[in-house]
Amino acid sequence: MNIVALFKLVPDLVEELEIDQNGTALNTDFLRLIINEFDDHAIEQAILLKERSGARVSVLGPDIEGADDVLYTAASKGADQVIKLTGDFQGKANNHAMARAVASTLKELQADLILTGVQANTDLDGSMGALLAEYLDMPYVGYVSGVNTVDGKVVARKEYPGGLVAEMEIKLPAVLGIQAAEQPPRYVAVSKVRQAMKTATIEERPLAEADLSGGSTIHRMFKPEAGTRAEMIEGSADEVAARLVGIFKEIGVL
Amino acid sequence: MNQDIYVVIEHLRGQVADISYLMLVGARALAQTTGGEVIAVLLGHDAQGLANNMAANKVLYVDHPALAEFTSDAYQKTLAGLIREREPRAVLFASSSIGADVSGVLSARLNLPLISSCQSFSADGRPISQICGGKIMAESDLPDTTTLLTMIPGGYKPEEGQSGKAPEIIKMEAPSLDNLRVTLKQYIEPEAGDVDISKEPIIISVGRGIQNQDNIEIAEELAKALGGVVAASRPVVDQGWMSTSRLVGKSGKKVKPKIYLALGISGAPEHVEGMGESEVIIAINTDTNAPIFNVAKYGTTIDLFDLVPALTEKLREIKKA
Ligand SMILES: Cc1cc2nc3c(=O)[nH]c(=O)nc-3n(C[C@H](O)[C@H](O)[C@H](O)COP(=O)(O)OP(=O)(O)OC[C@H]3O[C@@H](n4cnc5c(N)ncnc54)[C@H](O)[C@@H]3O)c2cc1C
Ligand SMILES: Nc1ncnc2c1ncn2[C@@H]1O[C@H](COP(=O)(O)O)[C@@H](O)[C@H]1O
Repeated sequence: MNIVALFKLVPDLVEELEIDQNGTALNTDFLRLIINEFDDHAIEQAILLKERSGARVSVLGPDIEGADDVLYTAASKGADQVIKLTGDFQGKANNHAMARAVASTLKELQADLILTGVQANTDLDGSMGALLAEYLDMPYVGYVSGVNTVDGKVVARKEYPGGLVAEMEIKLPAVLGIQAAEQPPRYVAVSKVRQAMKTATIEERPLAEADLSGGSTIHRMFKPEAGTRAEMIEGSADEVAARLVGIFKEIGVL
Repeated sequence: MNQDIYVVIEHLRGQVADISYLMLVGARALAQTTGGEVIAVLLGHDAQGLANNMAANKVLYVDHPALAEFTSDAYQKTLAGLIREREPRAVLFASSSIGADVSGVLSARLNLPLISSCQSFSADGRPISQICGGKIMAESDLPDTTTLLTMIPGGYKPEEGQSGKAPEIIKMEAPSLDNLRVTLKQYIEPEAGDVDISKEPIIISVGRGIQNQDNIEIAEELAKALGGVVAASRPVVDQGWMSTSRLVGKSGKKVKPKIYLALGISGAPEHVEGMGESEVIIAINTDTNAPIFNVAKYGTTIDLFDLVPALTEKLREIKKA
């Protein structure tokens, strides 16, 4: 079985985000990018499936700064093939255009099971997994936190609110949007990643020509208006603690 | 294309989800700018009664045994035909486990634009989405064709989407729903925790800012001193540091305590979905720009590792006195 896990690099939300001069996009000049955390889970789920029932795992994502790190880390965890898609990622490609292009690479890889992160924090026109599934004529199930393979099918744990889970049986080939792996993504020591840098080779594949239709246009981007902003309590830890005690008393819980 | 706004009603095991009513309110706002009607689309089996309380001009109801419980394939097939045939101005889906399985696939299948994470509509009918964990708002143009949207909570009140009376129901023919690629095997009930956080009046909630499992103890100490319970955001649960029964948010529990104390939680929309209606939210977060401060009543940017022990100490002194 060929499992392909996808990844994307997204803005690190702990950093301050800036909007560009046109006011319609993020300013990417100083943007720090990190792997979408759900992709870490998708990679973990792929490796778990390989360990449990045997599979060939490929990990694939766009060639932007940080991609090598993700790929070597994946290789050190047990991915058999690590690939970066070369091409223009800075342009205004929407997810629809990107999905059509990535779909053609996935066809080449003859994937039986494609795992994407459930969604990314910059996603504005639908998550890639669902779009890919349709362009590849495969079924799609998202919000998945656990997968098992059983002859020609997978059984996925699909999450609903409040902790309710639906076990869905899905015919392969299929695309799943991963919310969480069955266990937390494993930690690999830096030394193992360094080792992978020597032994693993990152394949480069050109991204298919993007057909840019299908996106929507952002009219204006802005930071949430601070109309309802919290009353900020300043001072030392002790002073703030004292004020909080006062607030607890006002509310009547003390 | 007509000017009507369709709302795909989300329901699970006989319960209409709050977001469905909220979307009816959003649809009304949008319909006012397009000049169309608000039309609920209900898929199910023997489920007509779910429409009873909906503030919609009409309900299109499709009944089929394969629609008794949600599966992506059956919903996609049914809705694809309906949208293709009737060409509404816009179709609203919930940004949820159900909506996400359907909206993206339909957008690709029908070659229609999709706008995600829409929280409200501007006065002139432009969708406003909340992205980047709540740090950025994006106002889009409503494309000049049938547009699919996914909605997140926060912009409208679900109560206003309830009419208290049954709207006109129009029964629609279901397409052939054989050979489905996705089938429901079974539901697995949530694990019962030692406490039900949705019933607790005082919640101390920890986020990724707590850094590791051992540090959760300082939150537990504080909870003990204040008489509350500890809950968590998703990354804390996904790391296995706390059980799923303590998860607050879109995929976890909805809580409405008297006090919600958020320690090292950024306030992403998926988290706020579960705690935004708490009576008093107090946020402790070192990032001045953290979105949690937009929903909190009180906030402070002091390091939680300095503040929490000091606060616990003060509370203990008071109890002793
Ligand atoms: C489909 C879907 C469903 C989801 N469901 C849920 C859900 O049910 N519940 C949920 O919570 N999330 C959910 N999420 C995830 C959500 O999008 C966020 O990723 C998550 O809520 C972030 O958790 P956090 O705030 O703990 O972590 P972060 O966003 O990483 O925030 C950590 C915060 O801690 C602060 N901090 C760090 N150190 C300190 C310190 N020493 N003192 C004070 N502050 C500090 C930082 O400034 C930062 O703001 C879901 C996501 C998706 C896509
Ligand atoms: N350009 C891309 N290349 C590879 N995978 C992607 C790309 N964009 C999105 N994905 C995958 O789709 C997931 C959801 O992202 P998004 O569609 O932006 O919400 C990501 O976490 C990745 O797994």
